[in-house]
Amino acid sequence: MPKGTKIALGLALIPFLMLVLALPFVNQVRPFVLGLPFLLFWIVLWIFLTPFILMAAYWAEKKLNKNGGQDRS
Amino acid sequence: MNPALLIILATIIFSAAVGIFAGRKVKMNLENWTVGGRRFGVVLIWLLMAGEIYTTFTFLGASGWAYSRGAPTFYILIYGTLAYTVSFFILPAVWKFGKRFGLHTQPDFFVRRYESRILGIMVAVIGVVSIIPYLQLQLTGLGFIVEVSSNGAIRSNVAILLAFVLTCAFVFTSGIRGAAWVSIIKDVLMIAAVAIVGIGVPRIYFGGHGRMFRALVESHPGHLVFPGATPNLDVVWVMTTALLTGLGFYMWPHVFGSAFSAKSAETIKKNAVIMPFYQIPILLVLMVGFTALLAIPGLKNGDMAFLELVNKTYPSWFMGFIGAAGAVTAMVPASVLVLFASTLLAKNIYKAGFAPQASEETVLRLSRLMVIVIMSFALLFAFYLPNALVNLLLIGYDGVTQFFPGVVLGLFWKGIKRRGVIWGLMTGFVLAAVLVFTKHDPFLGMNAGFVALVVNAAVTVAVSRFSGARAENQRQTA
Repeated sequence: MPKGTKIALGLALIPFLMLVLALPFVNQVRPFVLGLPFLLFWIVLWIFLTPFILMAAYWAEKKLNKNGGQDRS
Repeated sequence: MNPALLIILATIIFSAAVGIFAGRKVKMNLENWTVGGRRFGVVLIWLLMAGEIYTTFTFLGASGWAYSRGAPTFYILIYGTLAYTVSFFILPAVWKFGKRFGLHTQPDFFVRRYESRILGIMVAVIGVVSIIPYLQLQLTGLGFIVEVSSNGAIRSNVAILLAFVLTCAFVFTSGIRGAAWVSIIKDVLMIAAVAIVGIGVPRIYFGGHGRMFRALVESHPGHLVFPGATPNLDVVWVMTTALLTGLGFYMWPHVFGSAFSAKSAETIKKNAVIMPFYQIPILLVLMVGFTALLAIPGLKNGDMAFLELVNKTYPSWFMGFIGAAGAVTAMVPASVLVLFASTLLAKNIYKAGFAPQASEETVLRLSRLMVIVIMSFALLFAFYLPNALVNLLLIGYDGVTQFFPGVVLGLFWKGIKRRGVIWGLMTGFVLAAVLVFTKHDPFLGMNAGFVALVVNAAVTVAVSRFSGARAENQRQTA
């Protein structure tokens, strides 16, 4: 597997860790952040960050994979 | 004539006209009709996919769940984000495979990848059976929204009939291109409606969403953490449901098929990066549901929360705007659903099963005819048996998600075997159906479809290995 793809896959794990595995640990109302109860804030935060994580994954594939970001078919 | 009525009628007729116009200059063949000639750029693909994703469920169901169930509804926020992350890796590969072999539909993928006509027919049948209840839900939801928001001036059945004619017209003439163009109107209206109401109502009733949430925590302490107001939808259910629906999302035949209309693998990858931003409006929809719980408590049907609250808060012409947005929000997904159900029936069931010699023109002609037939079925169910398909709807997601191992392992694992996919798919589908229909969902706290998916994946891998090894042995002994 090309290095860029490996990094991209690693990055893509983050939303799964934060939005699935972490849920039992953030299942609480307080503290309120930006007017949102904590659980909802946590979810919204990672949804908002995911496009940036995917952008990083996109660049990792583009820069590090030899064939210019074209994934193997 | 009341202004709400005028706004609703003008909007849906204009939308359909745009949809019909969209295909005017295109010479229609199967390639152009189902996958838009594989020419859609980032913007059009984004609008089309967003157009499919935001259904009437977004308006009514998500706010309804927020109202009556509380925190478990957050899974809706989560699964979309997971789905886009998954799509970043699989859709470009699906697209390339599709381009290479000129595929139009999801069963085409299975037929080509596993060289199995039977597997293609299985996938097509599960696909069509999962789509029809979903299509009916769009029509029923549309009738409901239009009737309530026009204050009874347009009866539900009249609205459904009108939407039926208009949607058939633009799908028939323009295919996927019509759906994509109407999506533009739909997305603008829907985002505007959700933004105005979602930011507006917490402000009007509480002076802001922060105060609204604090008031909600005071009066309903458990509502905003899992399991919310439900007895059995706890954190494990949310985790497994988010995973199931996140992985299954692109396994819906109409969403999978839409990916082929992108102009390159690059387009679809870029699309995956920006899609999660589209989840933010759902947060606003949820806030409407939460505000409604405090402002108009005691509704028997939570799905009414959005419309009731808007009705109570805004002037009647604004209700017309909501009705218009809601109607187009049903018509776009309905158009894509019926388009792919029709192509599945014509190409992957009729042609593959009964008439291998049928030409592309015949398949296109039959697909267009099927648009009217399938829509008529959905219409009849919506009119006369609105609850008959509820059970099918329950297992729709569980069913289509069972395609996941066959698609993903098919793309990335050379060791996968046709036999493994067939056995895995059957086991997963039957197990999901049994668990759901015997009321074992959630099963041990987990989403039943997720349990079925795990078993399916295990069976797929195990049978593939086993039949691979046996083929090897036979070769050696021969």
